[in-house]
Amino acid sequence: MNALSSTLAMPRLDLHDSASLLVSDQEAQSPARASQSAKMATENLSAWFGKNKILKEISLPIREKRVTALIGPSGCGKSTYIRCLNRLHEVIPGARMEGRVLLDGQDVYTRAMDPVALRRRVGMVFQRPNPFPTLSIRDNVLAGWKLAGMRPERPDDLVERSLRQAALWDEVKDVLNRSGTSLSGGQQQRLCIARALALEPEVLLMDEPCSALDPIATAKVEELIHQLGEKYTIVIVTHSMQQAARVSHYTAFLYLGDLVECNTTDALFTRPADRRTEDYITGRFG
Amino acid sequence: MTLKQDTNSPSVGAPESWVSRLWRSLQSLRSSLSLRKGSVVNPADRAFLWVTGILAGMVILVLGAITLQMIRTSMLSIRQFGWHFLVSKDWDPVLDAYGALPYIYGTVVSSLLALALAVPIALGIAIYLAELAPNWVRRPLGFLVELLAAIPSVIYGLWGIFVLAPWLRETVQPFLAKTLGFLPFFQGTPRGLGLMAGVLILAIMILPTIASVSRDVLEAVPSTLREGALALGATRWEMVRKAVLPSASSGILGAVILGLGRALGETMAVTMVIGNRAEISLSLFDPSYSLASVIANEYAEASGDLYLAALTELGLILFGVTVVLNIVARLLIWRVGKVPAGAGRA
Repeated sequence: MNALSSTLAMPRLDLHDSASLLVSDQEAQSPARASQSAKMATENLSAWFGKNKILKEISLPIREKRVTALIGPSGCGKSTYIRCLNRLHEVIPGARMEGRVLLDGQDVYTRAMDPVALRRRVGMVFQRPNPFPTLSIRDNVLAGWKLAGMRPERPDDLVERSLRQAALWDEVKDVLNRSGTSLSGGQQQRLCIARALALEPEVLLMDEPCSALDPIATAKVEELIHQLGEKYTIVIVTHSMQQAARVSHYTAFLYLGDLVECNTTDALFTRPADRRTEDYITGRFG
Repeated sequence: MTLKQDTNSPSVGAPESWVSRLWRSLQSLRSSLSLRKGSVVNPADRAFLWVTGILAGMVILVLGAITLQMIRTSMLSIRQFGWHFLVSKDWDPVLDAYGALPYIYGTVVSSLLALALAVPIALGIAIYLAELAPNWVRRPLGFLVELLAAIPSVIYGLWGIFVLAPWLRETVQPFLAKTLGFLPFFQGTPRGLGLMAGVLILAIMILPTIASVSRDVLEAVPSTLREGALALGATRWEMVRKAVLPSASSGILGAVILGLGRALGETMAVTMVIGNRAEISLSLFDPSYSLASVIANEYAEASGDLYLAALTELGLILFGVTVVLNIVARLLIWRVGKVPAGAGRA
């Protein structure tokens, strides 16, 4: 709990403001309760590739069952940030990090936390759809289980539930045995979302999930993110400000590795506190 | 049309994957087809098409010429012995009686056993180099593996005679005879030089080929697949086994074919250690003979026309065995690899 209250104290994180602006449920009632709903948080998170410091002491809470968007120009460290959350950053040779990442108040970078177990709790969807080409659609959904050599209790139900959640079931229910890569790009991305959901993760990270999709597929995936945001804690990286505005409750603006500003999406876009945020969202650079 | 979907979203700045490479080659094939329909206006392009086409056609020409010449030279023996040549165990230049079976047996058995030994080890090396090794190990070790492939076969042969064979004779084979001697494969006099030495030498020789090509194939698997697997909570091992290897399976099979091709045709090193006796024996201790070895050993002294024709026919058989095994392996690739990409690499 100490960790959580310390994230509360971060500057520029205007909880009173945000609560009154956006959400009318329990967060509106008291800042203390709002703090309880931080599912994840980072404290002074820095990350490097070799000698390049990509992230500079980022402290950011991630609210439970809310969509948090990270925006910022290319190369600002958005992707690196969410890859630190599920410890995928450390997989890259030469990459390292410092600081703390908390999941339910527990540091995920300790020996006690197995990255494999962590990644089952913190799912991820990538920039480009990456279904396994050698697996069928059905097996792609179950991939998280199959990779670990496990079998869910009722695989067929799980497949259907996950695909329904990903709004893909009606399109693929008759072709479950076809290859995962036989689908269109947008369908593939929703398949990847279904694959992540099949593990029933607590947090879902999405790294520019629509950047490889056409506008119609993008609209579908955005609608989906919006719905999932009611049940899952979602962190989405996007370079589209419109997208952040459409799907997220909270938005954080990163610039050159710094967290410039974090607020409710409404507040950040209508009343940016920092000059750089204002410049970025009004399109003066980016 | 799975391939088409795969490439809907070409990557920007990502390392070139086999998918994009395949896609490009498909496109170039398509454009060259449209060239043939006469849509070329530019005369330089037309000339270019013809020149490269002729150069490519020369491969077929040479292959055809070799086959034809070999058939012509061995005609005498083919007429004399017919199919019996393939199943006969005789090889007697004095009586002019020739049969190829012991050589076919020696070639096929030594190559397949060498493959069975080398493939698991080579795969292990490839997986380590491509997936697990830290960067500072990766390059030097990869270089060493490739260097192994560059050692001339006569060196391997000498090593086989002076190091491997004595070791087999004095240590390995007596031990095998004692422990597994009830099996027909480990019976007889431990000689050192024999089928076992041939198999081991071949395995060592094809190991670097299979390892380095497999490593290239594994490295060509898009890293998005790896990260996808890791993000789903796979361990490294699960990621390699269930996400990377299946995508690379066709290419790895291609690497294995390359190794097999080298094993079948290897002449010098095998001749030096295999024992050179035209016998068919189940025991790995016994000497054996291979098609390539007997041709190399006896061609210079082949006096009679029939003798020469029989030797040439052995060459024809070696050629045929290689072609047949390659076709079988390609068919395997077709069946196994739902993504027939890596095969093109190999």
